[in-house]
Amino acid sequence: MIEVLWLGRGGQGAFTAAKLLGAAYTIDDDNRYALAFPSFGPERRGAPVRAFTKLDTKPVVDRSQTEKADYIVIIDDTLYTPQLQGFLKPTGKIIVNSKNDIDGTITFDAESLAAEFRLPTANSVMFGLLVGISDVVTSNEAVEAIKGYMPAKIQERNINALLKAVQEVAE
Amino acid sequence: MSRKFLSGNEAFAEGIRLASPQVISAYPITPQTIVVERLSEMVEDGSLKAEYVHVESEHSALSCAIGASAAGARAFTATSSQGLLYMAECLYYAAGGRFPIVMMNADRSTALPWNIYGDQRDSLSQLDSGWIQSYAENAQEALDLALMSYKIAEDKRVQTPYMANLDGFVLTHTYETVDIPEREQADKFLPPYETDNRIDFENPKNMAFSAGPDTNYIFKYKEHKGILAAAEVISETENEFAEIFGRHYTGLTENYRTEDADYIIVTLGSIAGLCRETADKLRENGVKAGVVRIRYMRPFPNKEIADVLGNVRAYAVLEKDISFGNEGTVFTNVNSALKKAGVDVKGYNFIGGLGGRNISAGDIENIITGIANGTENVNFIGIGGEDNGK
Repeated sequence: MIEVLWLGRGGQGAFTAAKLLGAAYTIDDDNRYALAFPSFGPERRGAPVRAFTKLDTKPVVDRSQTEKADYIVIIDDTLYTPQLQGFLKPTGKIIVNSKNDIDGTITFDAESLAAEFRLPTANSVMFGLLVGISDVVTSNEAVEAIKGYMPAKIQERNINALLKAVQEVAE
Repeated sequence: MSRKFLSGNEAFAEGIRLASPQVISAYPITPQTIVVERLSEMVEDGSLKAEYVHVESEHSALSCAIGASAAGARAFTATSSQGLLYMAECLYYAAGGRFPIVMMNADRSTALPWNIYGDQRDSLSQLDSGWIQSYAENAQEALDLALMSYKIAEDKRVQTPYMANLDGFVLTHTYETVDIPEREQADKFLPPYETDNRIDFENPKNMAFSAGPDTNYIFKYKEHKGILAAAEVISETENEFAEIFGRHYTGLTENYRTEDADYIIVTLGSIAGLCRETADKLRENGVKAGVVRIRYMRPFPNKEIADVLGNVRAYAVLEKDISFGNEGTVFTNVNSALKKAGVDVKGYNFIGGLGGRNISAGDIENIITGIANGTENVNFIGIGGEDNGK
């Protein structure tokens, strides 16, 4: 099972990204299964939000919160703490949206890339970075998920931002 | 059939759309809100032809559904936690009036301390209200139960309202892939509601009347017989469902690796999957573990439970509930089933997940270790034994 932990603040779309990853993984394959869920509770703008995506080739029945993740994707770098390394599997990676380098993580200025596509939040860019770095889903599957589950008027900008992000880390 | 990545609430709403209720009355409450929001969107876009009534409280939500049902309409409402408790008075009216309303309840803790997260103390407190109670494990089962619920509730032998429980957040807010049946298949499975138990100007009769000491008990006896009859109707409905939709369900309980099990966890709702996975893991280490998932708390699976627990060394009942001053209510019900069947096996109660607290795989392993070695009768996961039986 591949487990992804998403960290963001309310309004940054961490849970949307978690859902899109689950939808992308299962979109064209009856033998793939996914669960996506937020850190449960009231939604408040600006408050820290955790979201989880679990991917497997058999039904995912463990609905408990991820204790060891393959990837931790952080949309807001103020949420990074060194303790997060303890939530990683040995081969796990942390991807952070940040203009600065952070020890033990892969950082990328997703904010600026999102701005190029007039996106107020960097969640699609972070999704793209995860796709590029991890290959957990293909770019095509990610694009199909956006087409299936995002409002029509913002699909194109998000797809373009995602594809650009995949390209950036592939280079 | 189409496949979509949906939450438990959204999947349930899809099932209700296919069941075509004519009246929906609801008051929003976390974590139920999404189901009634989706249904209002479906009414708005015309894909569900129902009268959607915005009411001012849960008490009114169920009262409105009772009125609609008394007019011969298929009615739906949904609630959670304090909302369910606020409409408690009406639960008994719906059951006593034999109105086959379907209600989704998003299982959530009860105040105080105030908490919006999932546990099962709300619905289990209403076991005596005369409603059928199901507990779904995942979003697909939630959708399928939404469709099956009306067929069971409206059956002439049953005529009993149906409360479909979904664990708050862990099920209502978790997204997974769900198969959505086609409209034609759903219509074939569930024909429109027809009943004599309604206001009819051509054939006027007294409804929702009073009954004194000389006759009241007969109505209560018939109410009891109606909900008991649901067991067989559930089984028939599941067979018909499997023929049309290809998905199979197993009646009041679902057993997993129980045939040769030494230790069994009896539980309900969305935690069952993790229990099964833990049982697999323990079996790799030579511990013969199994799981019984209770799918229906009413009618209660007395025989099914007694049959499966007869040969174990010990069993645990894991539930998100406590009846203060005694033990978990599911434990009480399970023990009664065994006592009636003359089964004498040691059982232990594990209370977990109150107020939404995470139950981990390690917690479940500890339950099996606990019952293998012996522990207190009643155990609070993460705290310890609180034994009132000594």
